[in-house]
Amino acid sequence: MACKGFSVYHAFKWNSYARRVNFSLIVGVVIVAALAFDFTNGFHDTANAMATSIATGALKPRVAVAISAVLNLVGAFLSIQVAKTISGGIVDDTKVTPVVIFAGLVGAIIWNLLTWILGLPSSSSHALFGGLIGATWIASGADAVHFGQVVQKVLIPAVASPLVAGVVAVAGTFLVYRITESARQDVVSRSFKTAQALSASLVSLAHGTNDAQKTMGVVTLTLIASGSLAAGSGPPLWVILSSGVAIAAGTYFGGWRIINTMGKRITEIETPQGFAAETSAAVTILASSHLGFALSTTHVCSGGIVGSGVGRKLAEVRWGVAGQMVIAWVLTLPAAAVVGAGAAEVAREGAFGTLSIGVFLIAIALGVFLWSRRNPVTPDTVTAAAEPIPATV
Amino acid sequence: MDINWGALGTVALIALVVVAAVTGLFALGVRGLSARVAARDSGTSGSAGLTTAVLCFAVCIAVVGYGIYLTVTA
Repeated sequence: MACKGFSVYHAFKWNSYARRVNFSLIVGVVIVAALAFDFTNGFHDTANAMATSIATGALKPRVAVAISAVLNLVGAFLSIQVAKTISGGIVDDTKVTPVVIFAGLVGAIIWNLLTWILGLPSSSSHALFGGLIGATWIASGADAVHFGQVVQKVLIPAVASPLVAGVVAVAGTFLVYRITESARQDVVSRSFKTAQALSASLVSLAHGTNDAQKTMGVVTLTLIASGSLAAGSGPPLWVILSSGVAIAAGTYFGGWRIINTMGKRITEIETPQGFAAETSAAVTILASSHLGFALSTTHVCSGGIVGSGVGRKLAEVRWGVAGQMVIAWVLTLPAAAVVGAGAAEVAREGAFGTLSIGVFLIAIALGVFLWSRRNPVTPDTVTAAAEPIPATV
Repeated sequence: MDINWGALGTVALIALVVVAAVTGLFALGVRGLSARVAARDSGTSGSAGLTTAVLCFAVCIAVVGYGIYLTVTA
């Protein structure tokens, strides 16, 4: 049953609407799972914007995540470019059911949780694409996956974007150090602290314009699949709002493990490098977002950080850590696809199968949470590897 | 398969030019500030340094503002 133009203005009609569409329960489950994914996306990616600022002391850890959360929310409202691209391209919208989307989300969330516990900055977008691809493949066959689109819209940007951001960051870092070489270093250090706080904010904004779009895309895809929205529709306002809030909440929760990896373990970062890395990342993301590429902010920001390490004389890039990261990137899409495919296979058993997957997901999330308590990384310890933290922080 | 090399190239080029401009200008601004501080310490006004700094920072802010404007109107 079609209910075109469903929006927040019609939300009060939700109950009567839900009764008319008898599979509303599964649609509700998918929306909850999508927002849960969005939340993991937020805490997985806080590091992208804020890791280097926290590492250099340009921003205090809790202040950094608060700024990032607010700007992610704002960013969610600024652009709806990417949401249209995702729901209309990578898999065949007409063959995707809410159950398939649910299975895909389960794959993405599980991979996000596992990489988070290991402190690996893997791409949430690739996890989402992987999960959706795996689940669609099992449910509707390989034809329902548009591999040409996957290469064009996911793989090519995945390889190109960190290289672009990296090369650009090398140039930016080199310029900054070259120009300020003869300047007074106290002025340099103070100025770049401020600049870095600003450039980190810009990355957060760019992140919001990009990543919240993915959840909006998924929820919109679900509403289209269930007949609540016409094919090709954009996201309604309530979808934009809830996606923005979920990603902001996840961001505020803070992914301290990944912040530690990106801020401290890849390379030692000074404020001018952080500024160059973040500016490179923000510009690359904004330029791509403007052209409708769904690139991974994680890849871009990591590329920028590595580039800023290469661009400064005497900075040491720990290529071992960078290598681990790249391995996680390569594994992300296939691994999430396998989990998504497994979930889709179980979901074929009907409502009981779908229920079991939900229970399984909650069990995994709990397990990962308990595991993380054994070796917690908190705002107070996130930068401890390099400098002692005053007791008052 | 249709890979949009043109768009990718555009992203790369725009990113390189904009980042070089913003980081370069900001660094020049910082050098201006530093010149002003040094001039003040030695008793002169250092207004040339300050002017450079203000101009450079203003252009940086304008570029960033334009970027945000493009995003909002996209």
